[in-house]
Order: sequence, then structure tokens, then C-alpha cells
Amino acid sequence: MRELRIHGRGGQGAVIASKFLAVAFFRDGKWVQSFPAFGVERRGAPVTAFLRLDDDPIRLRCEIVNPDDLIVLDPTLVGAVDVTGGLKKRGSILINSPHPPETYGELLKTFEVATVDASAIATRHGIGSKTQPIVNTAIVGAFAAYSGIVTLESVCEAIEEEVPLHTGRNVDAAKEAAEAVRTLGKVKAVP
Amino acid sequence: MNKVIVGNHAVSWGVKLARTEVISAYPITPQTQIVEELSDMCARGALNARFIKVESEHSAMAACIGASAAGVRTFTATSSQGLALMHELLHWAGLGRHPIVMANVNRAMGPGWNIWTDQNDSLSQRDTGWIQLYCETNQEVLDTTIQAFKLAEAVNIPVMIILDAFFLSHTSEPVDIPDQVTVDRFLAQRETSIKLDVADPHAFNALVRPDAYMEMRKDQQDWMRRAKTVYAEIETEWKALFGREYGKIEPYRTDDAELILVTSGTVTSTTRHVVDQMRERGTRVGLVKIKMFRPFPTDDIRRALSGAIKVAVLDRNISPGRSGIFAEEIRSALYNIPMDDRPKIFGYIVGLGGRDVTPAVIEDIVEQTQIATQPTREDLWVGVKP
Repeated sequence: MRELRIHGRGGQGAVIASKFLAVAFFRDGKWVQSFPAFGVERRGAPVTAFLRLDDDPIRLRCEIVNPDDLIVLDPTLVGAVDVTGGLKKRGSILINSPHPPETYGELLKTFEVATVDASAIATRHGIGSKTQPIVNTAIVGAFAAYSGIVTLESVCEAIEEEVPLHTGRNVDAAKEAAEAVRTLGKVKAVP
Repeated sequence: MNKVIVGNHAVSWGVKLARTEVISAYPITPQTQIVEELSDMCARGALNARFIKVESEHSAMAACIGASAAGVRTFTATSSQGLALMHELLHWAGLGRHPIVMANVNRAMGPGWNIWTDQNDSLSQRDTGWIQLYCETNQEVLDTTIQAFKLAEAVNIPVMIILDAFFLSHTSEPVDIPDQVTVDRFLAQRETSIKLDVADPHAFNALVRPDAYMEMRKDQQDWMRRAKTVYAEIETEWKALFGREYGKIEPYRTDDAELILVTSGTVTSTTRHVVDQMRERGTRVGLVKIKMFRPFPTDDIRRALSGAIKVAVLDRNISPGRSGIFAEEIRSALYNIPMDDRPKIFGYIVGLGGRDVTPAVIEDIVEQTQIATQPTREDLWVGVKP
């Protein structure tokens, strides 16, 4: 069993990301369960979404409090909310950020950190607006490359299945982001 | 076809595959996605049904009663305060013997205003004459939705399918969506000789005097009882076509169990996980899931629980001034069995207003029950802040 938490702000596509990432894992042969934080949402306010995956059917039907991995769609959330709350020691954090992982020295003491400039990639592909790019497809593409636990191919197929608007651009953004993930000291190659 | 979908859309798919003819509904969180998807299916021609928009849940049920009386297959969905607003007409649908199918997404009653899950909305409609089926997974939600139409129409009793807010309604997981051809083999178009027909006018539901009313109620009760057998037959047929079955109740690892946990809804899945872990450590613990609450499967419950030393019922509901409602029904069902077979019943109140029921909560219940010789009170509250 592996548990993920996705952080974003209302309107950035965190919930949709949890859905198509679940579809991607399912295409890779995993059992999946994804859900938004149970509650009410407002545009711009912090939003979380969750995902469980396993080789066997998933029995747990309760909230996720100790995730293995985080995906952070908005770098301004780091510090503003307790993004790493409950994250397992040496758990991974993928942040949408133009800066290298070294910038997050505090987090690196306890966790693995990777970054990708998903906002720039989404903007380049005309996804959302220049001030409010929708970064979910790009960062999930980066997650596929960085984590190695889901194939980029399945992520792209899941985007085709779940993202009806500008599907091609979203697939291209995911592929570009997969090439652009930065781990400590290097740009990680696609596995 | 396998798809990763939310529980709400599993309902919508079931309603579509059942070739439902009339849908009337009023939106309410967390149900809205069900009828939103159905409305979209109707608009794009994927489902050939009349979608009637109304100004309240009371009107939605009234529209369903009218359509069902005209002999067509009818569906609605609601939650919480919306279900409460339907209350008068739930009796009307039940006693009028209209085989309407309704999905209720379990949501706590307000105030305090709350959109999260508990069972007090549906359980407060216990005596309205509806069959109630509580689901555990999105697959079960879809399968039960289709089965519900067959059951309702076989016994002329409306059926309420119940799913937990968020833990099913908004959770995406893989669902095997049956193909239309096979569903059509399972479920034919609704046929009824008793219906509103302008060519053959009848009056329905007029004044019934004391000399006949009691027989009406007895007839309803007889068909309620029969619904248990009919449901078992429907499940056998479903299994032959689709390979899945759920049961009115499902005993899980209860052989030789000294302590049996009783659950309904999604708490069941997490409890399975806990039971598996405890069994590995040698604890003789099992689980009984209750799917059918009305009609109450008394005989099945007796078979499953008699002989156990202790039973711990997890109620995500409370009857104020009494106890958890499932616990109450189970105490009552076991009273008339031989004294030596009667387990001690521990009734735990958990997860109200959507509070999370985690493995730790369930493990705590097991430990508390193991230690106690008998319950100190009939409502044992778990995790309440001082």
C-alpha cells in the first residue's frame, strides 16, 4: 500500500490530478482509490486530494494521515500550510517550483525533495491563463518520471481519458515536465 | 468495461443501464453528482428518460410517485435534509406500493450543519415502507442499483440504495461496468397491469375505512417478508451473469469467532482489514456486514451471531434517548433464541457527522469488548472529546 497527498489551491486541478493519476496507476495494473479532502472548496483556498494504490484490492476506507509521497501544485503553500504534516520520514515531495530542490534545505533534512517548473511548462502550452496556469497535468508527468512508480505512458493515456479540454496540450505538458524534473544536483532522466 | 469512477457516478451508470424512464430530483450535497450525470446522459441522448426538474425534494418524490403509478421505471436521489423533506411522500410511495428506486447518500442531519456521512437520515425513514440496502464499495453500489429495480418491481415496494457520503460518493475506484446486452437479459422493461391509464380509468389511494386498512398493511408486511427471498433469488441470477454477489448479510471470518463485529457501509471495509490483521495474531474475531436493513434479515442474523460470546455493533447513527439503531435491532432479533446461544451485545457509537473511523478506532473497540464482561451501558461512545 502506498499513499499520496496532493496539495493545491482551489482551481489548480488538484482533485482532477488525483483522479487521472489514479486512472494511470489502474492502467499500470494497480488497485486504486482517490478522493478529495471531504469538505467544501473555494477558488484560491488550500485544497488537498488523496490517492491510495496497492497490488491487492484496497480495504481501508478512511482518511490518509501518513502519506508516503506529496505533490505540491503551488509553491506558496510550503510554509503557508503544514504541507508536510504526517508525511513519513524520507517521504518524497515534488514541488511545482522554478527553483532547484536545494532551495528547500529545511525540508531536505527529513524528506526527499524534487522540483519542476510546472507553471512555466503549463503556460508555454497555453493551459489555463498566464496568471493562473493549470499545472496538474505537467506536475503529474513529472511525478511519473521522478517517482518511477507509474509509467508516463499510462499518465498520458489517463489524461486523454479524463481531460476533455486541450487534451493534446496537456499530454505534451506532461511529457515535457517528465524531462524537466530536478532532483538534488541534477535533472532526472526519464526511467 | 473497467472504469475508475466515483460512487455517485456508479449510481448514475446503474440507473442508465436499467433503462430508467423517468427521473425527478432536486440537487443536494453530496448527492448532486448522481443526478448531474443523469441529466447529462438524458441531454446527450445516452439515456432515453424524461428528466423532470422540480423545486424541492417533496416535489421530486411526488413526481416519481405519479410516474411510477403510470407504470414506468422511476428513479430519484437525495441526502439528509432532502430525504427528511420527502418524509410524507415516502410513506405514500411505500403504502401506495410504487416500486421507485432512490439513492440516498448518507449525510448527517443538521444542525450543526454538516455535509459528512452518518446514517441518521436514512434510518429515520425506517418505518416508511421502503426496502433499505447499505453498500460498501462503488462496485456494490452499481450492481445494487440495477438489482434494486428488479427487486422493487417484483414485490411492488420502493427500494432505497444507501451509500456513505464522500467515502463512496466522492471516492474514485475501479468499477466493472456491465454491458447493456447482459443487463437487458437480467432486467426487462417494467410491466404492470395496475397503472394509471386514460383508456381504462381507475382511482388509486382513495379513502380506506378501518374494515380494509389493516389488510393493506398486512399485505405490505407479507411482501416485505417475501422481499428477502426474492432478493436472494435476484442475487443468484446476478451472480450467474456477472459473477458477483453480496448477500443480505455477509459473515466474514466468523468461523470459531468468539467476538463478532457488526458493521454496515464503508466501515465494513476498514473492519475487514482490522479482522485480517487480528486473525494473523491469533485473535478469534470475525465480522458480519449488514446490507439489508429493511426488511430486517432476522433469521440470517440469528444464524450468523448465535453462539458467539460477544458481539460489538458499530453504529454510525444514534437514536437519541436510546442507543445505536443497528445494535437495537440486533438485540431484539436475538432475544428469542435459546439463552445459552445469546451473545452479549456491545453497542458502539462511532463516526457521527463524518468523523473518521480508522483501524485504530476499530482495534480500540475490539480491545474494550475483550476486556469487559458485559456492557456498562447500551450506547458506548467512541472517541468523544471531554
